[in-house]
Amino acid sequence: MSYEGVPGLVETREALGETTLVVDPARLVEACVHLRDEERFNLLLDITATDYLGWGDVPVSGYLATPEGRDLNYPAAQGYARTPKPKPSRFTLSYHLLRVADDSVRVRVEVRLDDGETVQTVISVWPTADWHEREAWDMMGIAFDGHPNPTRILMDDDWEGHPLRKDYPIGGEPVRFSGEE
Amino acid sequence: MAVVERGQAPIYFGSRIPQPVPTILKTDPALDDVLTVNFGPNHPSTHGVLRLIVDLHGEHVVGLAAVIGYLHTGFEKTMEQKTWWKGVTYPARVDYVSFQYNELVYVLAVEKLLQLQVPRKATWMRMALGELTRIHSHLVYLGTAALEIGAISMFWYCFRERELILDLFEMVTGVRMHTRYFQVGGLAEDIPRGFYDQAHAFCERMPKAVDEYEAILSSNRIWLERTKGVGLLSADDAIALGQTGPNLRASGVDWDLRKREPYLAYDQVDFEVPVYPGGDVYDRYKVRVDEMRESTRIVSQCVERLEEMQGEPWIADDRKVVLPPREELHTSMESLIHHFKIVTEGYRVPEGEVYVGIESPRGESGCYLVSDGGPKPWRVKFRAPSFAALHATAACMTDAAVADLIAIVGSLDAVMGDVDR
Repeated sequence: MSYEGVPGLVETREALGETTLVVDPARLVEACVHLRDEERFNLLLDITATDYLGWGDVPVSGYLATPEGRDLNYPAAQGYARTPKPKPSRFTLSYHLLRVADDSVRVRVEVRLDDGETVQTVISVWPTADWHEREAWDMMGIAFDGHPNPTRILMDDDWEGHPLRKDYPIGGEPVRFSGEE
Repeated sequence: MAVVERGQAPIYFGSRIPQPVPTILKTDPALDDVLTVNFGPNHPSTHGVLRLIVDLHGEHVVGLAAVIGYLHTGFEKTMEQKTWWKGVTYPARVDYVSFQYNELVYVLAVEKLLQLQVPRKATWMRMALGELTRIHSHLVYLGTAALEIGAISMFWYCFRERELILDLFEMVTGVRMHTRYFQVGGLAEDIPRGFYDQAHAFCERMPKAVDEYEAILSSNRIWLERTKGVGLLSADDAIALGQTGPNLRASGVDWDLRKREPYLAYDQVDFEVPVYPGGDVYDRYKVRVDEMRESTRIVSQCVERLEEMQGEPWIADDRKVVLPPREELHTSMESLIHHFKIVTEGYRVPEGEVYVGIESPRGESGCYLVSDGGPKPWRVKFRAPSFAALHATAACMTDAAVADLIAIVGSLDAVMGDVDR
């Protein structure tokens, strides 16, 4: 199956039987409208934001990993056979699309973003994107231009930070009502 | 085609989805006498800790806002800190009513990344337990949804059969819920003696029990008046709002991943997919009741097949991923090393990203995993069908009265653990 007609298509990836279309963030809505109307992807399953901060430089045990494989001369501590391929940007947004029809098929649309960059909302294409985009904002701090209600959805309204980011501290939440106040 | 701007025409002709899209059903400012009422967070008929802020004009719902997140537990963040092996414990807690399915989708996703072959006994047992979980989940739906509308006896009947399913889980896994029975590679333990007989007995009993439920509800005048024509969701709206599973099938869309994209061994069992065209609360009830019958058929077929597989392995023999048998630890140095490595450091999963979706009782339950080649997942994301279902509440609320709100929220069958994760 070919998706060459998708506007703003940067790259097509095939892995483990899944197709990923990397799309230019500026032309995301255009690409989504094309996928909905021309390719009949009528159901948006999910929008997942992923933070790749620190991707590939996790300390390694046993041996130091290099892109070619293990370096036996430099022992270290976590045991990767080789370091993963570097990522071109800090965040990705993955839109999982499904064609609900007799010739059903799935595709993943990927958008690459850096910290602070925004992307256009796709609510006008698939209304279900509303809450998924709010979740991506709440958890990862990715802002969506044109969203009618860009507020937090899972965390409290006055929460600071975006918990699923890799630089969010773990276990650092201050205890409320601890008796010291 | 031009991009439709927000706030203009509906996305297609005939859509009932209000514009702008209803995170909030906006109250018409021209109305006076609007009373704002809080439903929840601890209202008994909210299926968990859900807060609905409802604007009422007389008895009619004119505005609605859903406040969620009370059960947010950060499972996705926690799982990034645990090894792949330890992570199996968490998904069951996400959707705590259909626990086996979340476990299953996570395990299937890891197996897809590892390209691991699973023995057929494990595949069939996963199907059998999965379908039992589906019945369990629908029983909880039916019992609570009917209870909320006033049919209190349904609750006792449903929980009577639910106990039998939990007894089966306890027999197989030692725990009644959150079983952690599915492992990457197969099952944690062999199937115990006596399971087949008890499962057969359950399969014989269940169709009669479903007949009883239908005798109480399907032609009950109060039930019909409370559910028929209430909470309408058309097929196009359901797809646009990301509905899957029973909610989509009750809107007349014949869509079931077990038939469309058969995973496990669903292509080898005989079952029907119930589809109803009405899109109201009653049809969602009918779809689930019929699914209970079909699931019973699948369980009985699975158990018959499993009986032929006595003595076969229940987990893959891949010592890099699967714990070695306990008795080998006393005699084999290699096994001891493998055991130690898997428990302390965990196994590594090849770099890559994967999405697996399966048909859970609430719709498409999905798991998106990113691995950097290390012993811990880089990113875990669960596609929660309840999240989409709850979002559809506002579209179902057109012309609804406050009593219908209870019936609608119940019929969409959102489990708050799944919504909030």
